Amino acid sequence: MQEQKLNSFSAHALLGKLDKKEITPQDIVSSLIERAGQVEQRINAYVRIEEAGGLSLAGASGSGRGESKLKGIPIAIKDNICTEGYNTECCSKILRGFKPPYDATVIKKLKQAGAVILPVKTNMDEFAFGSSTENSCFGPTRNPYDPERVPGGSSGGSAAVTAADEAIWALGSDTGGSIRQPACFCGVVGCKPTYGRVSRYGLIAFASSLDQIGPITKDVQDSALLMNLIAGYDPSDSTSVNIEVPDYTKSLFKDIKGIKIGIPKEYFVEGIDGQVKDIVWQAIGKLKDLGAEYCEVSLPHTQYAVPVYYIIATAEASSNLARFDGVQYGYRHPVQKSFKGQSLIEMYNMTRGRGFGQEAKRRIILGTFVLSHGYYDAYYLRALKVRTLIKQDFDRVFKEYDCIVTPTSPTPAFKIGEKTKDPLKMYLSDIYTISANLAGVPALSLPCGFTKKGLPVGLQIIARHFDEETLMRVAHTYEQNTEWHKIKPKL
Amino acid sequence: MEYTAVIGLEAHVHLNTRSKAFCGCSTQFGSEPNSQVCPVCLGFPGSLPVLNRTALEYAITVAVALNCRVQEFTKFDRKHYYYPDLPKNYQISQYDLPVALEGFLDIQVDGKVKRIRIRRAHLEEDAGKLIHRQDISLVDFNRAGVPLLEIVSEPDINSPQEAYAYLTFLKSIIEYLGVSDCDMEKGSLRCDANISLIEKGQSGLGTKSELKNMNSFKAVKDALSFEIERQSELLSGGGVITQETRLWDAKGLRTISMRSKEEAKDYRYFPDPDLSPFTISQDTISRIKQSLPELPREKQKRLADQYGLSDYDAELITSSRQLADYFEECLKGYANAKAVFNWLSGPVLSELNSRGVSISGLNISPEQMVELVKFFQEGKITNLVAKDVLGQMIQSGKAAADIIEQNGLAQISDAGSLKKIIDQVLEENTKSVGDYKAGKSNALMFLLGQVMKKSQGKANPKTVADMLKTRLGGS
Repeated sequence: MQEQKLNSFSAHALLGKLDKKEITPQDIVSSLIERAGQVEQRINAYVRIEEAGGLSLAGASGSGRGESKLKGIPIAIKDNICTEGYNTECCSKILRGFKPPYDATVIKKLKQAGAVILPVKTNMDEFAFGSSTENSCFGPTRNPYDPERVPGGSSGGSAAVTAADEAIWALGSDTGGSIRQPACFCGVVGCKPTYGRVSRYGLIAFASSLDQIGPITKDVQDSALLMNLIAGYDPSDSTSVNIEVPDYTKSLFKDIKGIKIGIPKEYFVEGIDGQVKDIVWQAIGKLKDLGAEYCEVSLPHTQYAVPVYYIIATAEASSNLARFDGVQYGYRHPVQKSFKGQSLIEMYNMTRGRGFGQEAKRRIILGTFVLSHGYYDAYYLRALKVRTLIKQDFDRVFKEYDCIVTPTSPTPAFKIGEKTKDPLKMYLSDIYTISANLAGVPALSLPCGFTKKGLPVGLQIIARHFDEETLMRVAHTYEQNTEWHKIKPKL
Repeated sequence: MEYTAVIGLEAHVHLNTRSKAFCGCSTQFGSEPNSQVCPVCLGFPGSLPVLNRTALEYAITVAVALNCRVQEFTKFDRKHYYYPDLPKNYQISQYDLPVALEGFLDIQVDGKVKRIRIRRAHLEEDAGKLIHRQDISLVDFNRAGVPLLEIVSEPDINSPQEAYAYLTFLKSIIEYLGVSDCDMEKGSLRCDANISLIEKGQSGLGTKSELKNMNSFKAVKDALSFEIERQSELLSGGGVITQETRLWDAKGLRTISMRSKEEAKDYRYFPDPDLSPFTISQDTISRIKQSLPELPREKQKRLADQYGLSDYDAELITSSRQLADYFEECLKGYANAKAVFNWLSGPVLSELNSRGVSISGLNISPEQMVELVKFFQEGKITNLVAKDVLGQMIQSGKAAADIIEQNGLAQISDAGSLKKIIDQVLEENTKSVGDYKAGKSNALMFLLGQVMKKSQGKANPKTVADMLKTRLGGS
């Protein structure tokens, strides 16, 4: 039997090997480079590889100290999380060449823990606008399970590098499902922490009231390990919450006997793929076998989640993206010296017109509209009110239930180009993940089976605010009693 | 047709916190361009604002002093517009839940007290500064993010004089609170005005124009006067006022149209999701209330009572908190309040005005100043010499005693020394001596002047006058 390559190990398994000095961090990176060399042409999950002179540790940052927690295990980072001195462009032309002069708080924490930050970032939908990683100025990432299909998005690059063993693990960001849905499509574990659990400082904002950074990993234990390192209050982020962070790896090994699971009926109606539905129900059956109790519950305002999300998220995005104007950094369209004042307006128009992609422009226009005088009350304000109702739906269910279990996505990975012509159809692929962002609650997706075509299906677990422990506990128990996480794409 | 002006003022006050409103950068004025910046105040992607608690406390302090209701629940909003000096292309401000509402200020104009209501006061961040050089424009972001308090009055002001009085009093209160230096030249106090006219005797509001670009209180007064003239001419001629923003042209002494209502911007305010709404506790408000310093009116009244100053004198000495405090410090070393007041309000104030500095700018401690006052009060030097010594103290930083000693400025009162000078003067001015003897008493003053001149101001004028009269056979 051929020996398992280092690049395919989980981080916690590698920690053991590093501990025993069987391997060095350089061995891990070498195996990742080798793997990327084999598959990257088909997957396109890392960006600017050539610009960086190839995927290498050259310029990788982080101490990699042997005595540290992570002992030099490398991590892949989504292109919207700031890394000091290394391009962070949100896969948008408008941020071309942008090298932040600072690290995001999560990067600082990882460096302190001894992680090696890969200088080459992972692909994403431009500014995280999308569910397929097709909206990237670097071209689409392909699904390791079927290169004709999308990896999901917007953290498609982070999910694909993890699934294809081009990375040990990765960081993504989730505004409406951007960690969970690609994790689901690529057969890996993705966790969106509670809003306020992980600092957003250094995450280039899409929708500030919804964004969270979270781990994309090969198994649940790694998810817990990474959460331990990135979670916690940050005085630089006023929306981060100052409450104690538990040791998530401790909650992994508690059984789930007597845990009460709510199954929202609104998540199993029209639009869901038959195979997905069956596979998810089988997973729910498995959870019952393992000692959990489940019951049908109702989240009555679910149907409003998508429209509410697309009002709030685009409103915030239109504001957050206003700063990309060519004045200080990134792309600036060259403008002829012309009449006084006119050259400024022309620079704004040309820079933003040429710098932003189609979907970014669509969302900026939509967001600008809903915040406009005369429309604010009818759209933005009303959306805020419905958001509160959606939160209350969850609060009500969580009074009786420890967690909620749903499919992560109504369908498995779809074909590249299948939904690009129809934004509404694309928006609906986040229908099961958006509510957790609106309510601010934590949610995790893990593999729970494969379709007949061999595409991964994800199970989503949602828990109370700041109760990531329950996510880890339920997910890990399920994972340890199934084999799905051991399946690798054939590349 | 006679019209009444209806005026509302928006004052923007820089709060003098050490660091900016939402980051740790220094707010020091006049530093090297872009030397006080960080990712947050530059609006770099991924950076996040964190509210400076001191800025909020200062805002509450002003609110309480202006008799405002401090909102218990408040938040920040984003105000959007594109300009290169605004790093994020939105300004963090407060829209519908400002920190303070519904206050008032009682101003005095022509001896009458008038209440000007304050609509609201809100906290926001300042923008950077554009510098134009021939065909390029540069941006200095040192000012970007400095905390500003915008104080909006109700349209209760009816004349440029009232506007001037309101601003002067507002400035004085804020200066007393110590939360801003209110220096219009440094841009730490800026003011916009809304003005409309209505027919005399009517109530309500006419179509207003918004006036900007006024760089001093006098400019505000002048711009308002110009605008009253402009609008009443237009209205009397049957014209219509268009709602617009107009700029004060300080050189041309006129207002110029900048943009009309149709071109008004849509700022697309919405709650800033990076800064959670927050509550200000009653405890905080009452703590701030209790720690308010003595305000100008109170100080004025107390000084009048305590030191027997007239209302006018008390108002003069309390026009600046620094000056009033200085006055009281001086009195600790010398109880002659009238003498200290006369000295400060006379020669010292005129030095301040001509040098354009405040009392601290003279670098003379109250103790040093009192020493000088004592010297001339006790007759060691003349009043004239005292003024000269003051000038030298300011310039050299030396103590009065040293200056007097080194320059031999002590008053000459002994008859022997004076007699010599008088002899000389009488000899050289026989005509005046004749005039005096012929009954022209004015001539005595002339001769006295000559003696003073010859003695370089050191002669004791009273002694000289007595001696002259004796010598010339008193009249």
